[in-house]
Amino acid sequence: MHALKKHTPMQWVVLGLCGLFAVLMLAPFLLLVLNAFKSGADYSSGGPIAWPKSFTLDAFRDYMSMVDFPRALWNSILISTVVAFAGTGLALISAYAIGIGRVKGSAVILAVLLLATMVPHEALIYPLFYGAQETGTFNTVWSVIIIFTVLQAAFGTYLLSSVMSTVPKELLDAAGIDGAGRWTILWKIILPVLRPTLAVLVVFFFIWTWNEFYIPVVLLADASSQTVPIALSTLRGQHSIDITTLNAGSLLSLLPTLVFFLIFQRTLSHGVTAGSIK
Amino acid sequence: MPAKKGSGSWWLYLLPILIGFTAIVLIPFVVNVVFSFFRWKGGMAPFRWEGFGNYTALFSDENFWMSFRNSIFMIIAIVVIPTMIGILLAAVLYDYIGKRFGSRIAAFLRATYYLPQILPIAVAGFIWSWVLDSGNGSINTFLQSIGVSDPPDWLGDPDLALYSVMLMLVWLQIGYPVVIFIAALSRVDPELYEAAELDGAGWWRQFAAITIPQIRPELFIVVLTATVGALKVFAPILILTGGGPEGSTVVPSYYAYRNFFELSQVGYGSTIATVMSVVIFAVAAVMLVWQRRSERSA
Repeated sequence: MHALKKHTPMQWVVLGLCGLFAVLMLAPFLLLVLNAFKSGADYSSGGPIAWPKSFTLDAFRDYMSMVDFPRALWNSILISTVVAFAGTGLALISAYAIGIGRVKGSAVILAVLLLATMVPHEALIYPLFYGAQETGTFNTVWSVIIIFTVLQAAFGTYLLSSVMSTVPKELLDAAGIDGAGRWTILWKIILPVLRPTLAVLVVFFFIWTWNEFYIPVVLLADASSQTVPIALSTLRGQHSIDITTLNAGSLLSLLPTLVFFLIFQRTLSHGVTAGSIK
Repeated sequence: MPAKKGSGSWWLYLLPILIGFTAIVLIPFVVNVVFSFFRWKGGMAPFRWEGFGNYTALFSDENFWMSFRNSIFMIIAIVVIPTMIGILLAAVLYDYIGKRFGSRIAAFLRATYYLPQILPIAVAGFIWSWVLDSGNGSINTFLQSIGVSDPPDWLGDPDLALYSVMLMLVWLQIGYPVVIFIAALSRVDPELYEAAELDGAGWWRQFAAITIPQIRPELFIVVLTATVGALKVFAPILILTGGGPEGSTVVPSYYAYRNFFELSQVGYGSTIATVMSVVIFAVAAVMLVWQRRSERSA
C-alpha cells in the first residue's frame, strides 16, 4: 500500500536529508577504501580525494610486511572469543545466585558490580601492570583475557540478574519437585530460557573486547601478543610510514568487526535494547 | 533427591566473580589509592610518604583544572549533541521514513549511523587524524580545491583542536542514541499517536507530547552511560592530539596516563585517577538518585 501512495515533496526532502547525513557518516570509510588501493606515488601526486590512477594491493603487502597481521588477528580472535564465552558464563552463574537465589545482600553486590563497570581503567592500570608482571602474564594474552572476563562479567551479571528475576517461579518449582538440583536447573531450565539474551551478551562482549584500547596498549607491549587495533596504533607512532600503508592497515583492522557486525546485525539490534540497561 | 536448600550453597555460585572482582577491581583500586599518598617514580624507585601532598598539588595544578574544563566539552560532544540529534533522527527514521518509505530503508540508514560505533578506536583515530591533517588531509585538500588558500590547521591550532576532536566524537557517538531510541519508540503504544492525531496534533506536537515522555527511561540510560563515557575519554585524545597543542586538549584520563607512563610520576598519576573515579561515581550517583525521585513523582 505504502509503495503505491504518492510521496509529497516534503517527504523526499526529509529522505534526502537523512541520506545526506548517511553519506557524511560514511565519508571517512569511503576515503579509507579509496586510498588503501593507491600506490604511494599516486597518493603523493594526486592527494587524498583524487580517484586512484590504478588499483594496487601494494599498500596491503607493505602493511603485512611490517606487522605480523596473522599473529595479531589470532591474538584478537583468541582474546575476544575466550572473554565473550567465559564472561557470559561467569555472568550466568553469578546472576543465578542473585536473580534466582536472591542471596542476602544482592542489592549491595549489584551496586558494587555496577561501580566496577564505571571505574576508569586509569585507576586500575598501574597495579594491574605490576600484577601482570608478578604473575608472569605481562605481554601475554592471558592478562587481558582474565581482566576483561571479570570486567565484562560484572556488567553481564548486572544485566542478567534483572532478566532472571522475570523467569516464572512455577517453572523452577516444577523442576524442584521433579528432584532437579540447583546446578541441573541452571543448565536444563534457565540456560535455554535465557539463550537469546546470552547470545546478545556473547556478541557484545566479543566486539567490546576486540575494540578495547587502554588496558591492552599497556599490558601487551610486545608485538607477539598485540591485538589487531594495538598493532595498528603502535605502527602509527613510527613516522616514516606511507599513508596508503596505514590506510590499508586500518581497512584490514576494521574488516573483522565489520564482518562480525554484518553477520550478527539482527542479534545486535535486539541487543542494544538489552544493553541499554547498562 | 530434593534440591539442596542450604543457605551457604548459593554463595558457591558467587564465589568466582567475587574472587575475580577482588583481584581485578578491588585490590588494584585500593592499591592505586595508596599510591596516591606517595611520591614514587615507579619500578624499583623508593616510595616517599606525601600524605595529602599530591592532592593539594593537584588542586592548584592548572593543567588539571584545564583537563576538567575539557571534560565539559567532552560531555557536550558525547552527551548533549548526540542525544539531541539522536532523538530527532530516531523519530524521523522510525515514524517518518519507516512509515512512508518502508522499514528497509529506515533499517539501512540506522545501520549506517551505527557503523562508527563498532569501529576499533585505533582505526577511527587514525582515519580522523589523517582526514583533519593540515598538510594532506582530505578536508584541507577539498578546501584548497575550491579556492581556500589558507585552510585551518584543525589539530595544530590551540584554539581549534578541541573542536576538531569534538567533531570526531560526535561522529563516533551518534549511532548509539539513534539505535537505542528507535528500539524505545517501537515499544510506544501506537494508540497514543492515533488519539493525538484525532485531536488534530501535528507531527511536531506529537513528538513533544508523546515521544519524549514515553522514551524517558532510555533517554536516562543514554545520558548516564554517555556522561560516564565522556568523563573517561582517553584513546581519541591520545591518538588525535596527544593532549596538545599547548595542552589545549588534555583530559583527566590522558593527564593520568602521561604522569604514569611518560613523566614517571606514578603517585601523582594515581592521585588524578583517584579523583577522576570519585567524580565519576559522584556524577553517576547524583543522576541515579535524581532519576529515582523523578520516577516516583511522575
